[in-house]
Amino acid sequence: MLFRGVEIERTYAEAFKMWGTRLVITAETEGWAQVAAEAASGFAISVIGCGCEAGIEGPVPPEKTPDGRPGVAVLLFASSRKDLEKQLVGRVGQGIMTCATTACFSGLDGDETVPVGGKLRYFGDGHQGSKVIDGRRYWRIPVMDGEFLVEDRFAMQRSVGGGNFLILADSAAAALEAAQSAVTAMRSVKGTILPFPGGVVRSGSKVGSRYKFLSASTNSAYCPSLRSLVDSELPPEVQAVYEIVIDGLDEAAVARAMKVGIEAAARPGVVRISAGNYGGSLGQFQFHLQEILSEEEGGDRS
Amino acid sequence: MTLIRPRFAFEAPVEAEVLVPEHFAPTSLAKAGRLRVAYGRQSCPLEELFEIEADGEEALILEGDFSRVKKIGRAMTEGLLIVRGNAGMHLGSSMAGGTIRVEGKVDAWAGAMMRGGTIEIAGSAGPYLAGAYPGELKGMMGGTVLVRGDVALRAGERMRRGIIAIGGRAGEFAGSHAVAGTVVVFGLLGGRAGAGSKRGTVVALGGLDEELLPTFCQGGLYRPLFLMPLLRFLADCGFPVTHAHRQGPYRRWTGDVTSLGKGEILVHEKL
Repeated sequence: MLFRGVEIERTYAEAFKMWGTRLVITAETEGWAQVAAEAASGFAISVIGCGCEAGIEGPVPPEKTPDGRPGVAVLLFASSRKDLEKQLVGRVGQGIMTCATTACFSGLDGDETVPVGGKLRYFGDGHQGSKVIDGRRYWRIPVMDGEFLVEDRFAMQRSVGGGNFLILADSAAAALEAAQSAVTAMRSVKGTILPFPGGVVRSGSKVGSRYKFLSASTNSAYCPSLRSLVDSELPPEVQAVYEIVIDGLDEAAVARAMKVGIEAAARPGVVRISAGNYGGSLGQFQFHLQEILSEEEGGDRS
Repeated sequence: MTLIRPRFAFEAPVEAEVLVPEHFAPTSLAKAGRLRVAYGRQSCPLEELFEIEADGEEALILEGDFSRVKKIGRAMTEGLLIVRGNAGMHLGSSMAGGTIRVEGKVDAWAGAMMRGGTIEIAGSAGPYLAGAYPGELKGMMGGTVLVRGDVALRAGERMRRGIIAIGGRAGEFAGSHAVAGTVVVFGLLGGRAGAGSKRGTVVALGGLDEELLPTFCQGGLYRPLFLMPLLRFLADCGFPVTHAHRQGPYRRWTGDVTSLGKGEILVHEKL
């Protein structure tokens, strides 16, 4: 299939079940909320190496935050409820509570919840207090600029991690330009994040390695410099590849982000758009590139 | 809906704790008229004192003068009860769920020892709003009480949880002996607020009627963040929350030091 002159390979991205949650971080200014959001979502690239995957979903206007202050939404994904709880408590406690003027709220509703404020409250050393407002419990933890307000429990939901596509281009510059273009477009898709630095992956990986201690290693089939040494997947004219990885709160959001991203990445210099999978044996979700691209705008795959 | 009207002006108090939506569900409507109520020292069927009209809908509407009818909505657990007029003492006492809406004023002990649900009062409320009956240690233990007008003394006495919002003035001893919970007063806060409280919060948005008790100590001047979702909730409920209320700052007073001393009174500072 050709899309704007770019070959869309008949393949699919293989993605995985994860648990996801949304944090709404507020502060006196959007700048401080952003600082806290960056701290809380830092070093959260991959569940394998970081314990979770996280990223900034976008700003939340004051009229939509629980406390009427400017906010930033962060999405956080982990492999299990337990991991999610551990990561949430650690990141809210270290990345948000420590940041000037902030408060932190659950950005999802639902019956599946994990305690966050209920665990962080002990930092108040007996001076903490809780308030139940409109059916939600908040903890007030005294801090040096007033109080840190954090919701008792954060809702979570079954989510999708590891949606992806690969951009194969005839030069490194063209590949990067296409990747950046895709990232810019995909940032507008609510319910998704791109957990890698700048939203772009340069060190795509394959399962396993020649070393016993290493469970994943460089995706040699897509490294242009190894073309003559391995079974390369790259056409002769391809000189650089970037991958975009997407985590989303549901399957439909990931599909929407992939569609928007692929459309934006189909630019001059891009030779082919492909996707990473493991033969369908590992992941619970499959996102077929050609199907996604053929779907109507706003279509729901779920 | 079920519409209930008094058949005549009552000369003696009526105790009608059967006036809860549960008794007027379509399945039990036939028996509702035979429910017993106390009229003065007599016991009589409900239909002897009240006209009952029903069309099978769930809301229970009381229309007319119910100011001498006590215990309306007592211990109710669900549904909607509307009083189109004034209501007598003990309205919604010990209620656990559902909503009571009074379009007039209510007498003493409304919401006493309630555990859940919502009481909305368009007019004023008498003393001991959401309080504890004599000898009881616990007053309000959950739910929400919203009063648009003034409230007499001892609102929220011994409360343990829940929110009381008062659109007008609050009489003396608001939030006294509280263990937790929140009382928000948009008008003047009466004297001796929070007396004997262990924890809990009284928020004075409209100033103080007199100085706070000396057993409350001054804390900082700041904007308590929990007030933001609380004020938003109250604004959604129709209370006159202003930009100044949201901005603060608030002077925090902690006490009562004769008790545990972890209660607080937050006084809005008009800058």
